[in-house]
Amino acid sequence: MTEPTHEVGSSLVTIIRPHRGWAPIGLRELWAWRELTFFLVQRDLKVRYKQTAFGIAWALIQPLAMVLLFTLFLGRVSGIRPVDVPYPLFALAGLIPWTLFAQSIGASANSLIENSNLLTKVYFPRLLLPLAAAASHVVDFLIGLVLLAVASVVFGHVPGPTWLLLVPISLLGFLAAVGAGLWLAAINVQFRDVRYAVPFLVQVWFFATPIAYSSATLPDQIRPLFWLNPMTGVVEAFRAAVTSQPVDLASALAASVAVTLTLLVTGATYFRRVEGAFADVV
Amino acid sequence: MSSDTASGRPIAVSVTGLGKRYKLGRRRERYSRLTESLSGWFRRPKSDDSAPADAFWALRDVSFDVVQGDVVGIIGRNGAGKSTLLKILSRITEPTEGQAVVHGRLGSLLEVGTGFHPELTGRENVFLSGSILGMRRAEIVRRFDEIVAFAEVERFLDTPVKRYSSGMQVRLGFAVAAHLDPEILVVDEVLAVGDAEFQRKCLAKMEDVSHGGRTVLFVSHNMASIEHLCSRGILLDHGRVAAVGTASEVVGAYLENVHGSEAVDLADRRDREGDGRLRFTGIEAQLRTGSDGYIRLNYRATQALSNVEVSVGLFTLRGEGVAYLGNAISGDALGEIPREGSLICRLPHAAILPGRYSMNVYCTSSGVVCDWIVGAADIDIAEGDFFGTGKTPPPGYGTTAMAHKWVAEPDSR
Repeated sequence: MTEPTHEVGSSLVTIIRPHRGWAPIGLRELWAWRELTFFLVQRDLKVRYKQTAFGIAWALIQPLAMVLLFTLFLGRVSGIRPVDVPYPLFALAGLIPWTLFAQSIGASANSLIENSNLLTKVYFPRLLLPLAAAASHVVDFLIGLVLLAVASVVFGHVPGPTWLLLVPISLLGFLAAVGAGLWLAAINVQFRDVRYAVPFLVQVWFFATPIAYSSATLPDQIRPLFWLNPMTGVVEAFRAAVTSQPVDLASALAASVAVTLTLLVTGATYFRRVEGAFADVV
Repeated sequence: MSSDTASGRPIAVSVTGLGKRYKLGRRRERYSRLTESLSGWFRRPKSDDSAPADAFWALRDVSFDVVQGDVVGIIGRNGAGKSTLLKILSRITEPTEGQAVVHGRLGSLLEVGTGFHPELTGRENVFLSGSILGMRRAEIVRRFDEIVAFAEVERFLDTPVKRYSSGMQVRLGFAVAAHLDPEILVVDEVLAVGDAEFQRKCLAKMEDVSHGGRTVLFVSHNMASIEHLCSRGILLDHGRVAAVGTASEVVGAYLENVHGSEAVDLADRRDREGDGRLRFTGIEAQLRTGSDGYIRLNYRATQALSNVEVSVGLFTLRGEGVAYLGNAISGDALGEIPREGSLICRLPHAAILPGRYSMNVYCTSSGVVCDWIVGAADIDIAEGDFFGTGKTPPPGYGTTAMAHKWVAEPDSR
């Protein structure tokens, strides 16, 4: 909506005019507003667990309950069950990165309409809202990671140096969520259908990702399709790193990286193209 | 950098041919369902932008320059485009045509307590709101004590804001904003809130700001504060610039030139609050000093409503309150009202002096606001014979005709 601001002498000049076509993503401006991102993340975290009896412990309760359910109902089904890793650890190592992805996508998709009071009253780079909404779930993820480390020790897989790989792998999953979240957030401003479609979308995505089952159980014919899902590579690589199995990162993640980058760049570009109308439509 | 040749001071804001068009359908529908939009595309493949019938220009051909250090009052009737102009300059919404060039850091203050979250404490909200308004964290830390002292909430810093009184929330919100330090400040009507003492404090703070050499653009309905605070003025009328000049010239032009009819259509007003179970669609007023008059509010509701409270606030064009007319204080229960009709306030022997007055309309049902329009209409009250003597008070004696008697008493001592 605005020409990139630039310094003239000591003074800042901003040109406000209708924008036509595509706007640059504006990473420099985002960086200049990083403190606001921090405060927005802090707000979301504090508000999320205020007036809850268990507080941040919910970040532990949710994956634990899911693992329990999976173990009871799916862990005994032959074919699903992995050969070399105890099923509860297998399921948890899939659920932790998945939870980050699912929560980030949901939070960023609804971030604009939930902050409509800000959109109509003050200017800041609009991209901050979906970014901050997603980032607030990284804290839950880190707590989940501690839980995972404890579970690994309990099941006899002491965390080793391969755990360092979790950082780039998780980041990839997070960025995939942000990329999809940017698309959904921008569309959500005009079409509230998104609000109802997202939980459904996440549900389907969950079953299309090898979390409760191993991708090894998939028939060969449909396996290439599964690699188009950026979370397939993320979950498989994450699980392999947790259980200290050799990870062939390049082949496991190549498709994920390509799909994630596409989502991220197209999402941010589309978002920037339509953001000028947010305040008028929301 | 360009500069104004007359004053020699550099230009702070330069606006050229600025315009903003809204689509009426979009405004009313707010947001749409995907299927509707898809079928819309199907039926009318490419006429989305080219249908002038449902478009409306909130602002058109607006050009002006603001010189650095000027405090500019922007005035005009409701719907004249003042808020749209501020929103464009604040980069909240983008213009449809034209451009504005802003030299320097611009901070805007379009509401009190921007970004406040009720669950967070006063301390947390100061940082959050300050940051949203564009302050650096270090800046907030440095001015934190000052902000808290100004708001007078020291004892409640670690209490969630939802437990604050509304007065305290307003004070804290204004305090954060008042310590914003941009080169250009855009302010919308925020002084219309808070108790009288705090308003005085805010006005004093605004005066500090305006004497500090900073450029300020200020929208208000209160002509007294515009004349008091501003050096220059811009009058907007129906989205266009009607006058530019010194603050008092422009206020004078506004007071002279506001013209309107006694029947005002409200159906298309956008600047309204409430949940919309009832919407006022129009006002008709017939008021003459000393005669039996009425104010008729036409409305449409989504269903029959009960427990309805309706009120009309009368103000002078300078923004001073004149009278409050409400069925709750007059003791008139309205019963269940039908889906369409009129709410009529009868004013026998109207005790109000001739002149032009502004009206707010407000309606609640079971305590929840249905509709609320500030500055719903301006009405003329015609001269009449209140005292039955054929004589009227000389001008300049306020707004009220008060029934009175004079007697002479001999000195009894």
